[in-house]
Amino acid sequence: MAITEARPVARPEPFGRRLLSWLTTTDHKRIGILYIINSLAFFVIAGIFALLMRTELARPGQQLLSPRAYDQVFTEHGTLMIFLFIFPMLAAFGNYLVPLQIGALDMAFPRINALSFWLLPVGGLTVLSGFLVKGGAGASGWTAFAPLSVQGGAGMDLWILGIVIVGVSSILGAINFIVTILRMRAPGMTMFRMPIFCWGVLTTSLLVALAAPVLTAAMVMLFADRHLGTVFFDASRGGSPLLYQNTFWFFGHPEVYILILTAWAIVSEILPVFSGKPLFGYRGVVLAFLMIATLSFTVWAHHMFVTGAVELPFFSATTEMISIPTGVLFFNWLATLWKGKLRFEPPMMFALGFIGLFLVGGIDGVWQAAPAMDFALHDTYWVVAHIHYVLFGGTVFGIMAGLFFWFPKITGRYLSRKLGIWQFWVQFVGFNLTFFPMHILGLRGMPRRVADYAANRGWTGLNTLETVGAYIIAISMVLFFVNVFVSLRKPREAPDDAWGTSNSLEWATSSPPPPHNFDRLPEVHSLRPVRDLRLAAQGLAGEEGSS
Amino acid sequence: MSATDLQVDERAVRRTSSPVMGMVLFVAGEAMFFAAFFAGYFQFRSQAKVWPPASVGTPEISIPAVLTAILVTSSIVLQLGLRAVARGRVATFERLLLLTILLGVCFLALQAYDYSQLTFGIKGGIYPSLFYVMTGLHMAHVVGGVVLLSVVGAQTLTGQISQRHHEPVEAAAIYWHFVDIVWLGLFTVYYVAVPR
Ligand code: HEM
Ligand SMILES: [Cu+2]
Repeated sequence: MAITEARPVARPEPFGRRLLSWLTTTDHKRIGILYIINSLAFFVIAGIFALLMRTELARPGQQLLSPRAYDQVFTEHGTLMIFLFIFPMLAAFGNYLVPLQIGALDMAFPRINALSFWLLPVGGLTVLSGFLVKGGAGASGWTAFAPLSVQGGAGMDLWILGIVIVGVSSILGAINFIVTILRMRAPGMTMFRMPIFCWGVLTTSLLVALAAPVLTAAMVMLFADRHLGTVFFDASRGGSPLLYQNTFWFFGHPEVYILILTAWAIVSEILPVFSGKPLFGYRGVVLAFLMIATLSFTVWAHHMFVTGAVELPFFSATTEMISIPTGVLFFNWLATLWKGKLRFEPPMMFALGFIGLFLVGGIDGVWQAAPAMDFALHDTYWVVAHIHYVLFGGTVFGIMAGLFFWFPKITGRYLSRKLGIWQFWVQFVGFNLTFFPMHILGLRGMPRRVADYAANRGWTGLNTLETVGAYIIAISMVLFFVNVFVSLRKPREAPDDAWGTSNSLEWATSSPPPPHNFDRLPEVHSLRPVRDLRLAAQGLAGEEGSS
Repeated sequence: MSATDLQVDERAVRRTSSPVMGMVLFVAGEAMFFAAFFAGYFQFRSQAKVWPPASVGTPEISIPAVLTAILVTSSIVLQLGLRAVARGRVATFERLLLLTILLGVCFLALQAYDYSQLTFGIKGGIYPSLFYVMTGLHMAHVVGGVVLLSVVGAQTLTGQISQRHHEPVEAAAIYWHFVDIVWLGLFTVYYVAVPR
């Protein structure tokens, strides 16, 4: 299926010219790669912060970080992980894959795409530069609750500015994705023949376009309170800190779905390939995405149960309702695996790990959504366990699955299977060692966001265990980077359809694809055009249904 | 093997990118942005015993009414301009666009004057906080709109706008109407729907 012709290898250009061409590129694939590199860089930084925290918490007493430093470190850890690793990493997949999967030449607005990317390192470094100013970096957590965030020095201003910049980047990116998906699909690719990954990106982008501006509004009020003398969040002068919480979480809850939807979509793309079956209930998955996106705007106050100022039954009910479409997703994933010819390649391992760990995180959430439970769990380590089961066990495992899956498409080379499987198991064990005990600590009352704890509370053993786990996770990430490094030195060997059983259009072009993606565009007659091509090549044309 | 033979650049033109759709989405986000402030406004207003607070008094409506007239007129003028360019009357469009920009500038000047007449400052409590930040953000959006319309004007002068290619005008018009609508919201909550 030579959708792309072989072409002679060009002589490598001089380094300076090549660098310039990367810095000024508007090619969605190169921008996607830049997104990946940038996100992984921030992942490493934020990961080092995590190790610093875990090291401090291994034993009672102050060893490494003063309480002030600890506050800055956990704030920057959460901020960078959420806004500069997970979100842009998912956007990286979107950038690289959406035009390929829908058979387009590029994104709808290539130059705006480049702008979206370059705003990211600028915003991220702005947030980080807080460490250099007097008083240190922002230290009010990734949620920056007022009135704490109204205090604080210049580091807090840099934090606000950085978040606004990243917000603009994500809004522009989201608009770009939506227009690209709605207007640039190849002939024959109806909305319901679109790969599920694109549906994930589309739904995420709708959430970003509508929710991120609300975060910007919160940041504007915060900035005004800090510098213009307004009193939005000052209860003593007629304002209300609850206004901050309501505004932030109106963005914040859709945000958590922004951080997971694309990962769901990645997993939904991978499971069929390694089960040799179509995705079970494709339309059901699409519907679940859309329902969850809609519901996610109605649940924000479940983060505010303990304020005593929200309608508990209403927000509890809407929150529990989200478990229904989420359950549909689980059902469809399992049904996809059911009686499939499973192949345990690294992408599949991470996808399976994702299902198991995300399940735990989801169940945690269901408990927190009951106000009676949440009064006990709120602001304890339980919530930290929940966050990490959904965001690390969920999204990061999904991201890993995606990286292993599309690496051959992006680079023409496979990541080592052996190292990949090792990484999976080390990461899986390290992850559970680190985060499972947090449930127990939370139930025993250990508060989150503290730099120290008393030796006589009985929390020491589990904390030490968690720190060991954190270092095991770090080892697994070293394995990953070694794998990337080693694999990039190997010759290009990946064929167009690198896994032999793929479905979507990116696998119809060469690995890596040419700058213009396709020489000839395949006509799309079904949800799985590459499978159609494969069967046609085997002389089985016509026997295939169109699912 | 089924594959459509398409030249690369042919595909590029077949589906032009859509500034209009992009602008609709952008404006939807902007609407959420302002909605956050309006939500804050209604929350505080519903809790207040006296609104506007006694220290502020009932705001003078005459200048804001003129401001409203200016913006609404400008929207109508721009819409007429859009219709003109869609029918190929580019010269008419140019004049109407210029008029729109001038009305925008008048709005900004008159609002600046209105600010200077106010008897309360931004630091005077929650009502002034809301009033200044909301109207200030709106004013910034008017500035943005004037800039956007000027860019379209420059495109027109350099011959990039024509009957066939006038999506930038359409996109800019959507933005301008949005800014107009936000003003109508502000005008209503701060000047019309208050006890007199
Ligand atoms: C069935 C699904 C879920 C339910 C019912 C749920 C419920 C909740 C509740 C009630 C809280 C507030 C806990 C508290 O602070 O006391 C919470 C916190 C949180 N959830 Fe979930 N959640 C779900 C899924 C997710 C997903 C998919 C993500 C992200 C991918 C996520 C990320 C978070 C984060 C980051 C927080 C903590 C925010 C903070 O820093 O305070 N949750 N969740
Ligand atoms: Cu939530």
